[in-house]
Amino acid sequence: MKILVPVKRVVDYNVKIRVKPDGSGVDLANVKMSMNPFDEIGVEEALRLKEAGKATEVVVVSIGPAQAAETLRTGLAMGADRGILVKTDAAVEPLAVAKILKGVVEAEAPGLVILGKQAIDDDCAQTGQMLSALLGWSQGTFASKVVIDGDVLSVTREVDGGLQTVKLKMPAIVTTDLRLNEPRYASLPNIMKAKKKPIDEKTPADFGVDTTPRLKVLTTVEPGARKAGVKVGSVAELVQKLKSEAGVI
Amino acid sequence: MDFALDFEQQALVNSLEEFCRRELYPHEAVVEELRYVPDEIKQEIRRKSLEAGFDGMNLPEEWGGPGLDKQTKMQAERVMGKPSTALGQCMNRGVTGILFKCRDEQIEEYLLPSIRGERKNAFALTEPGAGSDARAIVTRAERQGGEWVINGVKQFISGADIADFIILIAVSGTDQTPKGPRKRFTAFLVDKASPGLRVEPMKSIVTRGYNPTMVYFDNVRVPDSKILGGEGEGFNTANEWLYDGRVALSAHCVGRAERIFDMTKEWAGSRKAFGRTIGEFQGIGFKIANMAIDIKLGDLMVKEAAWKMDNDLMNRTEASMVNYYCSEMVFRVADNAVQIFGGMGMMEDFPIQRFWRDARIERIWEGTSEIHQDVIAKDLLRPYRN
Repeated sequence: MKILVPVKRVVDYNVKIRVKPDGSGVDLANVKMSMNPFDEIGVEEALRLKEAGKATEVVVVSIGPAQAAETLRTGLAMGADRGILVKTDAAVEPLAVAKILKGVVEAEAPGLVILGKQAIDDDCAQTGQMLSALLGWSQGTFASKVVIDGDVLSVTREVDGGLQTVKLKMPAIVTTDLRLNEPRYASLPNIMKAKKKPIDEKTPADFGVDTTPRLKVLTTVEPGARKAGVKVGSVAELVQKLKSEAGVI
Repeated sequence: MDFALDFEQQALVNSLEEFCRRELYPHEAVVEELRYVPDEIKQEIRRKSLEAGFDGMNLPEEWGGPGLDKQTKMQAERVMGKPSTALGQCMNRGVTGILFKCRDEQIEEYLLPSIRGERKNAFALTEPGAGSDARAIVTRAERQGGEWVINGVKQFISGADIADFIILIAVSGTDQTPKGPRKRFTAFLVDKASPGLRVEPMKSIVTRGYNPTMVYFDNVRVPDSKILGGEGEGFNTANEWLYDGRVALSAHCVGRAERIFDMTKEWAGSRKAFGRTIGEFQGIGFKIANMAIDIKLGDLMVKEAAWKMDNDLMNRTEASMVNYYCSEMVFRVADNAVQIFGGMGMMEDFPIQRFWRDARIERIWEGTSEIHQDVIAKDLLRPYRN
């Protein structure tokens, strides 16, 4: 079975981001870019399934500018087998991403697609669900555990108030949550091998997808500064404040 | 000229940085407190470093390493300057250059176990009466009944407390030359369990956990087979090892300065006084700017030095220049950081004081700043000497 893992190039999670002075978006000039951490968890899960003999090939795919090839190479350095770069300099919205991925899935015929639950840049959290709808495949989102048994996939999901386990028929879509695994370090031997692994180049047009934006960003603003908290002297005072001031108990 | 890191270099840097952040930084406070690395932490780092393929990363291909070029190696070493030295040492990235002189059974007994990380060594040259002036050492090895008998005292020997064997430089005789008597220096492999060998800890304020020691040799007997690289050839080290050591130290200084600077920017940008962040005051702003420029210059010098090594253009003057600049630089950066942190920079609960203490040794070991200046000046003025 082949596993497809879409990976997105985003601002590195350690970077302190800044909004552009004109509010048109986030300033990306000279900013360190990395693989979306949730996608990294996706690559790790795919590799673990391959190592456990449940999968035979791990293919990483990225949609973005030429530099997204570096993100693919990062996936290859973790141990993925090959990459597909769908090259476009335009901003691509979740629906267009899902449509392109549908094209990739039809060409590659994977048994499983593992996506990050969301990208840490725009936090949309839509692509996995949209892809599932477009393909008519089952989906297990926000996964904290994935078990393959024959052609049945058990996905433990992190939902409000607890965990939910769903059984899916394969082929299926999984989106990863933070606690699914801890991604490995790209090992030195794998980094050296990554250079020689193949990356196919495609364009959105190859999949007949029109990436024209349907949404318009009106403005981007910094989050408001956090107000200082208060210190309470005793448990009794805390309970009293939660009752009278916060009104939560 | 291309200053960008290629994919391989960048990926290795990213991976190592993540490793340091996850596996080494969290243990730093404990090591600082205990002054040694607890065994379980050591084992865990070893295991994870092995898994990640970082073990042996500095080894040449003929000894099973990846054969990285110097540029890649120095970029990796820049990252390894960020964590505490003691914790970084738990990763087995390579072996002391001089060990490659091992021959015959020495290879099985010392070199290979060192490569596998099973045996650690400490290099013992410095003595109470011989630091920068290494030729002034007096520890002697005398031939007695087919064996060498070693007597003397070594000082500031890093890591001898946790080492399995000592690479010792001793005086094995004196040659009469037209210029007067000349000492013969010889390197010996001495097992730490040898009768008559004693290691005593020294209490240092820097690089806690990677501790300096006194090593006493009292009639320690070793056979001929423990001579490393031939009798009288103790100081014939390959230039490559010398340059490697100096440029790697410089790269460590750059990495450490970067880490100090990151903490300092954070502080200057958030600590408030007189209703503004302190970074908004010019006095602090100028310091921030100068620190950034200082670090960039060190980084460029390391990159140039590595490029020179890769292209066989390195010489000892250049090695001393980069070493001098970077070790002075990291201390300037650390000292400015303390100034910007103010009183908080002196508190043991904050890591800044540790970086400040640790930065100080860089101007002393691997050649003092003054020795490097002396080398540079002598080399540059040699053509004008009568």
